[in-house]
Amino acid sequence: MATGLPGPPQTAADDIEAVPVRHPGRWVAAVVVLVVAVAMGRSMATNPNFGWGHVGHYLFDSRILHGALVTIELTVAAQAIGIVLGVLLAVMRLSPNPLVAGGSWLYVWFFRGTPVLVQVLFWYNIAALYRTIALGIPFGPAFVHINANTAITGFMTVVLALGLNEGAYMSEIVRAGIISVDEGQQEAALSLGMTRLQTMRRIVLPQAMRVIIPPTGNETIGMLKTTSLAYVVAYTELTTTASNIYSANFETIPLLIVISIWYLALTSVLYVGQYYLERHYARGASRELPPTPLQKLRRGVFTFGHDPVALGPLGTGAHHEGVVP
Amino acid sequence: MVKAEGVHKRFGRLEVLCGITLEVGRGEVMCVIGPSGSGKSTFLRAINHLEKINSGRLSVDGDLVGYREQGGKLHELRDSDVARRRAEIGMVFQRFNLFPHKTALENVIEAPRLVRGVPKAQAIEEATALLERVGLADKLESYPSQLSGGQQQRVAIARALAMKPKLMLFDEPTSALDPELVGDVLDVMRGLAADGMTMIVVTHEMGFAREVADKLVFMDGGVIVESGDPREVLANPRHERTKLFLSKVL
Repeated sequence: MATGLPGPPQTAADDIEAVPVRHPGRWVAAVVVLVVAVAMGRSMATNPNFGWGHVGHYLFDSRILHGALVTIELTVAAQAIGIVLGVLLAVMRLSPNPLVAGGSWLYVWFFRGTPVLVQVLFWYNIAALYRTIALGIPFGPAFVHINANTAITGFMTVVLALGLNEGAYMSEIVRAGIISVDEGQQEAALSLGMTRLQTMRRIVLPQAMRVIIPPTGNETIGMLKTTSLAYVVAYTELTTTASNIYSANFETIPLLIVISIWYLALTSVLYVGQYYLERHYARGASRELPPTPLQKLRRGVFTFGHDPVALGPLGTGAHHEGVVP
Repeated sequence: MVKAEGVHKRFGRLEVLCGITLEVGRGEVMCVIGPSGSGKSTFLRAINHLEKINSGRLSVDGDLVGYREQGGKLHELRDSDVARRRAEIGMVFQRFNLFPHKTALENVIEAPRLVRGVPKAQAIEEATALLERVGLADKLESYPSQLSGGQQQRVAIARALAMKPKLMLFDEPTSALDPELVGDVLDVMRGLAADGMTMIVVTHEMGFAREVADKLVFMDGGVIVESGDPREVLANPRHERTKLFLSKVL
């Protein structure tokens, strides 16, 4: 710029320096939250009825550990049945064949419309309905006869009841995912000569996953806790184990705290898994990968009291991440 | 290559195609123009059986679309046979319809790998060559969301070409693009036409139609109002309806 001439101010190209807007409301709210948290913490520490000593004693008790393991097994098995069944029912529901679609609808109607507790009890008493289960040709000869009383064990009762019930819910989640994918995607795939099955498997379902995963994570966390219904059929997973112990030593509260800690720990693991699954299926959907929890936390602390939008487009932290590989 | 005789299509009570009769020869480029709702897109989609026609006959390369003729009767084709016929016809959409969860390269190799069973290395080699041909050699690993509209449409053209089609259908390929980007896509299409590809192009690009098309068809209300040499039709339309339409778009 020429000297001596009254040109535009020299600072024109510099960043704007302005006094940021203050947010007193945020500080008041933070203090309130802090006070409540301290009060709760103090009460938990000073009330002897919590029995923290017993909590520590039973937290890694071998019976409790075994119960936690059984809970994990029940969750994995039942949720796996639920997901497979859900995909099947969702695809059936979208079938052009009215009987196939109607069958799926009827299934969902029945299993969503009856309490899951009743379904557990039903499977527990299945032997009263069918003494033997025969595998063979319908209305024809049977090849294998199974005694229902011995085949439907406690584990099977819970897994079948929760898995079949879950299938009904999962089917609606999967269906929502499928119909959320733009119709143009199917047309493009079909126009390239893919069959309907290939289109569903390679094009539609991978895109539907973005919509399917968050509620499925929700369902899996729900399933982890719903396995505690095994209590009503006296199958010894985490909750039943705890109840067995405290009915003998009357340390009810500490044991309930112990299993709460375990349930919390297990759901936390699921959170992490879900997060990375979502990140995986975000490929191509957004220009930037979503931040990892650590990055989010760091930014959350540093931006307190300021406008997070200033850090990047829509707070996605665009400048922190590289583009999707 | 494409032969239509009295093709009718209804959506409920709405008649969208009311007797379309036309023929496109091998290596010819036909442009279809007309106001929206005139049935141009529906006709294009009928050619690869994305829409089922209600009456008339429609054939590609001598094969009826969606049917097999045997003993004087029409038999519906099974899904797998429909898919096999579609694999021979490339289609480019107004809104690109690229697979957003796949990179440009993955978009192009998907169908050859899945439908034709082409080995991966060969598919990648061919796809790379195609993407180079449409001017996107440096965008192989980009996801559609990282590409401009014009680049996406060129990937879509490469994706259709990867199946080595004998016929290419273009459904308003430049209508969703910024004016600046239209040229790149039209250049690619011009190149295809020069290489002898049979093409049916639904478009509003009158310049492209005049320059590249062997035949121009003006549709309105589900019928062909006028057709012929594009220079002739554009310069001296015979029908009032054509004159009115052209006066608005030219």
